[in-house]
Amino acid sequence: MEAYYWNKELETIDQASLEDLQLKLLRDTVQAALKTPFYRNRLKKAGINSGDDIRSLQDLQRIPFTTKDDLREGYPTGLLAVDLAEVVRIHTSSGTTGTPTVIYHTKEDLDNWTELVCRCIVATGATREDVFQNTMSYGLFTGGLGLHYGAERLGMTVIPVGSGNTRRQIQLMKDFKTTVIHATPSYMLHIYSKLNEFKIPLNELFLKKAYLGAEPYSENTRRKIEEFFHIDVYNSYGLSEMNGPGVSFECIHKCGMHTWEDSYLLEIIDPKTTRTLSEEHEGEIVLTNLRRRATPLLRYRTRDLAFIHKGKCKCKRTHRRLSRITGRTDDMLIINGVNVYPSQIEEVIMRIPQVGTNYQICLEKDGTLDKIIVKVEIYSKLFTGDIRQLDTLKAKINEELRAAIIISPIVELHEPGSLPVSEGKAKRVVDSRTKL
Amino acid sequence: MPRQLNIFIENRPGRLKSVTEILSQGNINIIAFTIQDRGDFGVMKLLVDKPDVAHLALADKGFACVLKDILVVSIQDKPGNLNKLASLLLKHNINIIDTHGFVIEPGNRGICCIESAGAENANITKILEKEGFEVLGDKEISEL
Repeated sequence: MEAYYWNKELETIDQASLEDLQLKLLRDTVQAALKTPFYRNRLKKAGINSGDDIRSLQDLQRIPFTTKDDLREGYPTGLLAVDLAEVVRIHTSSGTTGTPTVIYHTKEDLDNWTELVCRCIVATGATREDVFQNTMSYGLFTGGLGLHYGAERLGMTVIPVGSGNTRRQIQLMKDFKTTVIHATPSYMLHIYSKLNEFKIPLNELFLKKAYLGAEPYSENTRRKIEEFFHIDVYNSYGLSEMNGPGVSFECIHKCGMHTWEDSYLLEIIDPKTTRTLSEEHEGEIVLTNLRRRATPLLRYRTRDLAFIHKGKCKCKRTHRRLSRITGRTDDMLIINGVNVYPSQIEEVIMRIPQVGTNYQICLEKDGTLDKIIVKVEIYSKLFTGDIRQLDTLKAKINEELRAAIIISPIVELHEPGSLPVSEGKAKRVVDSRTKL
Repeated sequence: MPRQLNIFIENRPGRLKSVTEILSQGNINIIAFTIQDRGDFGVMKLLVDKPDVAHLALADKGFACVLKDILVVSIQDKPGNLNKLASLLLKHNINIIDTHGFVIEPGNRGICCIESAGAENANITKILEKEGFEVLGDKEISEL
């Protein structure tokens, strides 16, 4: 059973040793963070001038929270803690408005991330004998590359196909006898719905496991996918601010996601009062990375809601288990695994003069996949009476939205005054998708 | 030049009714119309007897609409005449953006409405009339 752990010593570390390690790493992280203009300013105000000012883990409470807006304001280099020459990779993600956020990684940061991903994969019982098909997007999105390097380090046969092109995905699954797949739950259901169309019966596939994440889903959806494919489904959690996938992952017992507490300090807070909550109480996940040196983030408010499971896991890993993500504290939308803020869409629409100020964002299901429809009103005064103007306008809105939110929306042009007038942007979003 | 009323409308039930209701309340007579369709929306183009009144009435109700100068040509209804008209426009570098037509007296007379680029500068009326076409103004149109 030795192969069942990737790093047995750290994965089964006892509480006292874990806390010692966490304290040491937190001091180092604070010391690193003090090199950034953003944290230097902020930590000094909190009376923290060096890592040594952190005397116990309780001192974590003295550190102010970091938010997505902080990252946005610090873009591009406000939170960079090392010389740019030390940086070997960057990942950016969309901010809540037009400004993106960026995370820098040193070689060692990537190495630590990859180690965590190896732990995750091994925890599900997968080995180097497995064939791993990665259907998550590669590139600036962390979902693809994150799992990729872990799977390679473990020695799995990796198929780095990336997202989309379902026909090719299924063909690859068949031809190379894929045993482990990494996908969003809705894409997994989409693949299932296409098997008939592509005339590849399930018994010609060799799939055993699926790692599903990037969008919330229920236990029922897990069971449904497990029954459809006759496989085991493991829940995965991560966010680009905390590297990406590999923060929390389920082991073979599938009873919550072990969060690697030697690399992340995990807190659950009441999002309104910011008071720390105890186990089994749902609140906002707050994470501090303990091992990242290029972009150390302290007490980062993820806006994801979940709780920590009580008790020990049968796998003997001592790292606490996070529940499924039950929701968000903000209005972020998750569309086919891609995070989109309504404000990003609004920003694009508002800078196009030919459209009015009223708009609506509709989310619907197209089969098992999400589709986003952006409805805008024509601005009467700038209508020229030429239909080609409208064609160009529609294409322009589509192109600019795609650049801002990565996914391609369906753009609809509407008559002035025809869309429901609503106050507050949340009401401009009509989400009629059935929950997974 | 006579003007055509171009209106942005969504392609959904009731839109044509709304437009025509406003026009009928203003006692506007529709002489001809066409719709350029794009699936979920389109541009309705109307030749009416009182374009300014119609434009104001629709704009007042919030419609995105505009009056566009067009060329309205009366053609003898017999084979080859539209071809003759198109050839003349081509010869004088007038690009047809959109056009629609209707027969007003079968076997005798048809009307061709042309949205074009270049017609406003060229002395096209004289050229067309020299070739036997009748170019209509607002007054002639309202009397059709």
